[in-house]
Amino acid sequence: MIQDTVFVVTVVLMLVVAGAFAYVALNAGKAVAEYPPIQQRSQGMRVWFFWILIVAGVLIAVVTMLDLPYAATRGDTPDDAVTLEIEGRQWYWEVGEAQLTAGDTVIFNVTSGDVNHGLGLYDPAMRMVGQTQAMPGYLNVLSLTLEQPGTYTVLCMEYCGLVHHAMVSEITVGE
Amino acid sequence: MAEQTAPPLPPSGRIGVVVYLAISALVFVLMMVLGVLMRLSQATWVELSPNLFYEVMTAHGAGMVGISGLAASGVIWYFLRRYVDLSVGILWANLAFFLFGVVLILGGIFVGNYAGGWTFLFPLPGTSAGVWGTGGAASYLFGLLSIGVGFLLLYLDFARAIMARYRSLAKALGWPQLFRNSSDEAPPPTVVAATMVLIVNIAGILAGAVVLVLILVNLYAPQFAVDPLLTKNLTYFFGHVFINATIYQALVAVYEILPKYVGRSWPVNRIFLAAWTATTLMVMAVYPHHLLMDFVMPTWALAIGQIVSYLAGLPVFAVTAWTTLTIVHRSGIKWDMTSGLLFVSIFGWSAGIVPAIIDGVIAVNHVMHNTMWVPGHFHMYLILGLVAMLFGFMYYLTDQGSRKGLD
Repeated sequence: MIQDTVFVVTVVLMLVVAGAFAYVALNAGKAVAEYPPIQQRSQGMRVWFFWILIVAGVLIAVVTMLDLPYAATRGDTPDDAVTLEIEGRQWYWEVGEAQLTAGDTVIFNVTSGDVNHGLGLYDPAMRMVGQTQAMPGYLNVLSLTLEQPGTYTVLCMEYCGLVHHAMVSEITVGE
Repeated sequence: MAEQTAPPLPPSGRIGVVVYLAISALVFVLMMVLGVLMRLSQATWVELSPNLFYEVMTAHGAGMVGISGLAASGVIWYFLRRYVDLSVGILWANLAFFLFGVVLILGGIFVGNYAGGWTFLFPLPGTSAGVWGTGGAASYLFGLLSIGVGFLLLYLDFARAIMARYRSLAKALGWPQLFRNSSDEAPPPTVVAATMVLIVNIAGILAGAVVLVLILVNLYAPQFAVDPLLTKNLTYFFGHVFINATIYQALVAVYEILPKYVGRSWPVNRIFLAAWTATTLMVMAVYPHHLLMDFVMPTWALAIGQIVSYLAGLPVFAVTAWTTLTIVHRSGIKWDMTSGLLFVSIFGWSAGIVPAIIDGVIAVNHVMHNTMWVPGHFHMYLILGLVAMLFGFMYYLTDQGSRKGLD
């Protein structure tokens, strides 16, 4: 799952930053050294550091932007997809009727009848599989392939007033 | 070290800065109490009704963002005043507008029951399903407007004073040294930072004022149609710029104080100047990363949101954090609360933006937007970054600066 990868990468990068600060902090007070050589070495290392960040950034951008979740909203939807209309309202979801089976690609046509809401879809293990904003006057189209059978939970992902936390709905996906 | 040519700071100016920081420290504590209250409620240790919970949430969000802005502006004002002739009257006027705004906001929330979140996303302020009335929402929005007017005056005064001394904002950003190889001495770091801050914050505050007025008119004349996507863009442009600018203002404490501890100057070279000019543009261009799940937004805008989120981290890692580590490394620094907090603040800032940059990736945002990951990021970044800078400055101002002859 992407969430696990993100967690590990974040912790590792934070530890790298922490390590650099700890190293300098531990060496800051002892054996005072001349500044110009430190400065020179730091500048040389920084050039490398900068270019590593640039190359990594280009690679990350290319890899992660090959498949954006916006295609369905631009009208690019698979022919065999099942369409489901969903409208957020204070404080419930109006979910259209559809028979869903595991493996279906579902096109969620998401909008709102009043304020901003956010449609967040969680799989039977309560891991988010995708989301989009539900906004009055606009139609955001979310395309997701629901691989697992079971009960998916819809939570509201945008604060919308008094009962926001209880704006929950369920979608059943058969075997 | 750059020449400090402004007239001596009158006592009322120093008192003003101390009052800014004292009020900020107090409000930070009060807002932390509200934060703890929300957690206790979620843990079912304390029972809050849903609307009281969301009122507390709204007060906590607006209060923390506002007070971060006030405290950070006090820090940069204190140091900028050494180089340019800022108006002490405007410093106090900003505080007056701020406190007036706080009264309206607290009245709107706890008397008028407004609980629309600090982001006041249209049309929620006027569409509460009967939970709060128009008066409560209007009081809250007018309060924010008042605070915005005060800050606008403050940053216009920054612009006036900087242009009086450096003749143009381009010169104050060091563009002659950056683009034309000028051999004149570059402006000091504080002036460069203040110029960036005044540019982005004037733009951000004006955007905020536009959206506040649009919503206020709509509250009383609902036939005046307002586009929810336009207002969302304006809100997040304003909100992102304003909160992001707080750390760039408080950072000046690191620029001014840490070099005194290590006996090494903060280098104002072309990399430094390029970083600040790039940051000026990026802080304003990055806000679409708050709208990555608004699929109707143009794809190019959302792509900019992802790419600039990454790029905006480069000056933090490769310039600010790198320079901090370089000037402290084997410097014989004496650790005390001031130097320790300022050093930690750069760690907190650098580490705290890691989860934000990752969440700025569209594919990640798709499963993590508006989850607890986001408050996790900004609490770490603000507490270990901004608050550490502010408290480092407070120790310096109240105790160590004068006692240790640093000032």
